[in-house]
Amino acid sequence: MHLVLFFIFGGLCVAGALNLLLQRHPINSALSLIVVMTSLAVLYLLLGAEFLAAAQVIVYSGAIMVLFTFVIMLLNAGAEVRTHGSKAAYIVGFPGAAALLAVLTYIFLKHRTELGSAKLGGYLVTTHDLSRVLFRDLLLPFEVTSVLILVAILGAVALARKEH
Amino acid sequence: MEVSIWIFLLLTVLKVAVVTVLLLMSVAYTVLLERKLVGRIQNRWGPTRVGPFGLWQPMCDGLKLFLKEDLLPTNVYRPLYILAPIIALSCALITISVIPFGKEIHYKGVDLFQIADVNIGLLVILGVTSIGVYGVALSGWSSNSKYSLLGSLRASAQMVSYELALGLSLIGVVLRTGSLRLRDIVNIQATHGLLSWNVIGGLQFVAFFIYLISAFAETNRTPFDLSEAESELTAGYHTEYSSMKFAMFFMAEYANMIMVGCVATLLFLGGWSSPFGNLLPAWGGPVVQALLPVFWFVVKVFFFLFLYVWVRGTLPRFRYDQLMGFGWKFLLPLAIANIIATSLWLAYRAA
Repeated sequence: MHLVLFFIFGGLCVAGALNLLLQRHPINSALSLIVVMTSLAVLYLLLGAEFLAAAQVIVYSGAIMVLFTFVIMLLNAGAEVRTHGSKAAYIVGFPGAAALLAVLTYIFLKHRTELGSAKLGGYLVTTHDLSRVLFRDLLLPFEVTSVLILVAILGAVALARKEH
Repeated sequence: MEVSIWIFLLLTVLKVAVVTVLLLMSVAYTVLLERKLVGRIQNRWGPTRVGPFGLWQPMCDGLKLFLKEDLLPTNVYRPLYILAPIIALSCALITISVIPFGKEIHYKGVDLFQIADVNIGLLVILGVTSIGVYGVALSGWSSNSKYSLLGSLRASAQMVSYELALGLSLIGVVLRTGSLRLRDIVNIQATHGLLSWNVIGGLQFVAFFIYLISAFAETNRTPFDLSEAESELTAGYHTEYSSMKFAMFFMAEYANMIMVGCVATLLFLGGWSSPFGNLLPAWGGPVVQALLPVFWFVVKVFFFLFLYVWVRGTLPRFRYDQLMGFGWKFLLPLAIANIIATSLWLAYRAA
């Protein structure tokens, strides 16, 4: 059951990601990204991280992607024109992507004994467990991160402010 | 007790079917309630012709919308134009699956009065509602009409902004309960009747009003119905829709109203718990005892629907900048202050 769901939503995730790249119209790409985000949330849920799944849907699919579509709607962006691509992409891009893929594969293969412990549907991390770790053991990093986000918000406000 | 997976599956499908039919029926009759009540507020009768008190009116309206010609305007972006009402309606209907209507009563291992008992029920509701914004946003964009676009821009901006105040107003309740499971949230309010409800005993009346106001904005209802302000935008985001597609938006709006009423009932008014607590003697058989909580739940949700219509018949519409200012500069700080006050109070009591 869990495995079937994993394959369905994993496939949906990959298909969404490919569609995101292949579509010409920005709104279609944005919608594909929503599909990717939401199927990721289902994958988190399958791994037992229920709070993370809900947060993924609320924050990414619900808030950030709404802003994406909002911007596309406001700018009234039309379909993109296909080009043959830049030379830099051919020279640096493809070897770079291949190298990254190789490094990632190497690392995953090397550590596959430790990584293999994650099971589908085997356990559940409740919000209680998560908050205990977050607010007791990792309180300082958590608060420092929130200060970092606050600084980013202040920066955005300062940039968006009109000069008088 | 281990039950067979087939019985479980059958009972669950049955439960889903019953709840969906009941929800759609109540959507239809909420429309009638609104027309009747607004009629009386404006000193007229409302629908009276079809059946006694106009009771068959929703059926006829549904049939009419179903049989109407489905127009597809030229130059709409077709896939999204068709997808938008489906997103809107399904997101409005999905949320009902985590709502507990009555006491936890198991029959063959299946909870009778709740479709799915999820640990993070509250977050599921918030998540599904936040996806529902796309129905509104995409309908306006794909219709290729300036009224629709303006309406959907207004609606989605409003929904995203008020979602913050709405989410933050719920945190006080979660702090008091210590759980996101809707059953736990209701159970903690079910001990002393009225006195232990979150709005009174939990001292969450500020949060309750923030929730109420944001809920009006979330469902795009008067006084925050700028997205379909008929005097300036004809009908807002669903201007170009006809027949069943229009009906789907219409149903989504009323289903959202019911959902918001359910959530307010669960979080602030004690869900299915009776206002008299254990003062009333337990009368009737086990069936009556099982159905009585459902009765209280329905009464409370009905109260909210009544309030919705009452407000619609009474208040004028906000101006858009006032709406945004009110949400960001008043409700949001107030909600944060409520969180701080609640946590300080809980810490003081625990110490």
